Amino acid sequence: MNPTRRHALAAAAGFGVSLSFLARQAFAASEGGLARRKLVFVICRGGMDGLSVSPPIGDSAYADLRQSIAITDKALKLDGGFALHPALGATHALAQAGEARIVPAVATPDRARSHFEAQDVLESGGTVVYGTSSGWLNRAVGSLSKQRKVEAISIGATAPLVMRGPTPVSSWSPGGVVDGEARLPTLLQDLYKDDPILGPAFARGLATESMAQVAMTGLAAQAQPAAADPAPMMSGPAPATAQAYQRQGQDAARKLGATVAGFMREAGGPQVAAISLDGFDTHANQGAATGQLATRLAYLDAVLDGLHAGLGADWKDTVVVVATEFGRTARINGTEGTDHGTASTALLLGGGLKAGGIVGDWPTLKSAALFENRDLAPTLDMRGLFKGVLADHLGVERTALDSTVFPDSGAVRPVTGLV
Amino acid sequence: MADRDLDAAIAATRFGLGARPGEIEATKADPRGFLRAQILKEGADQPQPGAATSRQRIVEFRDYQKDRQVERRVKAADAKGGDPGAPPQAPEARDPVKMAQRMLRDETGVDFASRAQLGATTPDAFRERWALFWANHFTVSATKLQTATVVGPFEQEAIRPHVFGRFGDLLGAAETHPAMLLYLDQAQSIGPDSMAAHYMGRGPARGVGAPPGVQPGRKAGLNENLAREILELHTVGVNGGYTQADVTEFARAMTGLSIGGLKETDDVAGTTIFRGAAHEPGERTVMGVRYPSGGKEQVGAILTDLAARPQTARFICGKLARHFVADDPPPALTEHLVRTWMRSGGDLAQVADALVSAPEAWDPTPRKFKTPYEFLISSWRAAGGAPRDIGVLAPTLNALGQKPFSAPSPKGWPEETEAWAAPDAIVKRMVWAQKFSAAAVAGRDPKALAADALGARLRPVTATAIARSESRGEGLALLLMSPEFQRR
Repeated sequence: MNPTRRHALAAAAGFGVSLSFLARQAFAASEGGLARRKLVFVICRGGMDGLSVSPPIGDSAYADLRQSIAITDKALKLDGGFALHPALGATHALAQAGEARIVPAVATPDRARSHFEAQDVLESGGTVVYGTSSGWLNRAVGSLSKQRKVEAISIGATAPLVMRGPTPVSSWSPGGVVDGEARLPTLLQDLYKDDPILGPAFARGLATESMAQVAMTGLAAQAQPAAADPAPMMSGPAPATAQAYQRQGQDAARKLGATVAGFMREAGGPQVAAISLDGFDTHANQGAATGQLATRLAYLDAVLDGLHAGLGADWKDTVVVVATEFGRTARINGTEGTDHGTASTALLLGGGLKAGGIVGDWPTLKSAALFENRDLAPTLDMRGLFKGVLADHLGVERTALDSTVFPDSGAVRPVTGLV
Repeated sequence: MADRDLDAAIAATRFGLGARPGEIEATKADPRGFLRAQILKEGADQPQPGAATSRQRIVEFRDYQKDRQVERRVKAADAKGGDPGAPPQAPEARDPVKMAQRMLRDETGVDFASRAQLGATTPDAFRERWALFWANHFTVSATKLQTATVVGPFEQEAIRPHVFGRFGDLLGAAETHPAMLLYLDQAQSIGPDSMAAHYMGRGPARGVGAPPGVQPGRKAGLNENLAREILELHTVGVNGGYTQADVTEFARAMTGLSIGGLKETDDVAGTTIFRGAAHEPGERTVMGVRYPSGGKEQVGAILTDLAARPQTARFICGKLARHFVADDPPPALTEHLVRTWMRSGGDLAQVADALVSAPEAWDPTPRKFKTPYEFLISSWRAAGGAPRDIGVLAPTLNALGQKPFSAPSPKGWPEETEAWAAPDAIVKRMVWAQKFSAAAVAGRDPKALAADALGARLRPVTATAIARSESRGEGLALLLMSPEFQRR
């Protein structure tokens, strides 16, 4: 789509206030390397089981602790005694090419094993729950915005805490189509002009919507984007089998990844994106190579695959971070699942990653090494990982990282040498 | 008097689900009395009198699972080219795929649409909102396959009858309901030192049959999910002063609480039962209180104590104030509710009365941003209509992030403005309002609809914009998307 058509669309969407993404083409092009860099943060909610994401097949205690849900023979091998879950095929291919690494024993500072508290800490970047009501990614974007214009977007119908805060960010989810002919958007902007919440949010929503129409036309032969949710209950044609249902979900996930990639490749498009996935709370019947968790991991893998494919030449300038609020108990529980634990696996992906083995140390699963005799012990503070990526990849300054982005975190050193 | 006009508008919009035409006018005589009259000892209204019970739905789901297994075995045998040997066929009416579709569309869909229709049409919308608060407090979500069809029955059986009774009774009904036991994995939790666990670990001892509900060879053990969420989300709250050890002790005490299954007699299939053989023997200590060994009396005593704790009163009264009044409510309001709760022993009728009587709850500035469900229901109320079926609800609620009966976690739907007022969400609300208004306005005067829907809360600037609208549909859409309609 040519720029004239794009601006026509933007105008048709009826926003006179902010042409934020589309008008900044020249600006973005004039910036150097840092302005091309892209960061995607994927939150896996529910406590994703790191011991299944990257099974430590070389650890002699693993199979015994996990019994029927241990993933051994079918695991996709990595170097150094680790592997990836068989549902993470695309991620594994990237790892083989040196473009994906695992962080197998990472945790936030929170130890309460509550989903909601841990997610708050993961996303706010604080050390205690309710420490702050804005997210670290929002504050990182705010810090960068002092040097250059950085756009950010959250994907999904509700805004995740990590992206909320004083710096305005966009949000988008599939499905909305603005009628370009109607006067309503203009009239509403008028009605919202003194409204501190609706005014800015609406202007941004319209700008993003018009950008989405541009990004979507770049997706070949995809008439209607599927919803981010793989199971649109009670709407749409129902697939005949569970497998078809899963395939449909994965197709939707791949499209979602590709659409986000399309946004980020737009001239002046967002450099930073946050995607939130849920369904990782596997207390019962977790499954092993197949099953409940495998289905969710296949969905995650498809999102990552879509991002990789959609970013094309920009993949070399991209880092994707996948993290969860906590890991799960080292031992299988009484219901073929696992309960809330402590350390888990984070994933790093991107064309610009430096090669290397696992990030952080492996504490082992020996009973003496377990945290409180039940969980994988953390060897790395999640904030150190995030700080390393923000510093080396996006150029966020250390002073900002230590004080505003992650308050009072001077003692937590950034993990260096990742990119 | 002017204040009473404003109070009437607040009564219908903040405490109710939005005004239907004529509602605010009728409320003006006594706005607080209008709300108090809706507090009924018998509880909230039932969206579907005579609807299917959770027990019927659970049994139906188990039949479906059995039929799926048979189907898979037949397919596997066919694939091998072998003769499965006259496989048992599922009855025609129970074709698994058709059945799954029917369960989701006809059953869950009808349950949800019935609730939405009740919300859109009831003259007693405060009573309905009060019930919705408790359904969300004790969230059971359809995000799990096993619970996909029992959320509606759970609300009808465990929540609605008890919302104006004692909190302890509501707590007991919610936590021991089969839907909750399934949703938070309690049904399978087995005491590691229980008879059942010993049996499963050893295999059958000579001359001893399996205790009911126990499959030999399956690994047995504790699942602490429900115990943790009761403490964290349903009673004392995350800062209520409990530890990991309390969670585990409580989980041990809860073992035995389960659902009648295939091994039990038909009369208890799909209902809550207590399996003595799966209960962890011994006394338990939870939050510093010792509970002597026993069966279900032990868990009953713990729940009773949790219901009575002041942390529980404080946690839930804070939630009530946040839900009805403001994300950051006046502390005096919460204190007032806590005092009433403690003085009345958790009598929810008195707490509801205290809420609508508190001056802090009637601040003229609307501070709450409507959730997608509240926005949709209040739109139908403003137009004097009701949603026809699930087909007009589900796609929009999915797109706005509030998929029917599918709260993302046991914490329920988020409460705060930031969660719902994302840029994309506002645009999607507008797109929906445009389509809805074009169809719903049906030759009526949007100025009159606006006056009816918002009363004294309608701002002159919005009234002017509506008066200048080019079409009736545009006028109604402006009303629905106005800042004062989006808030309550």
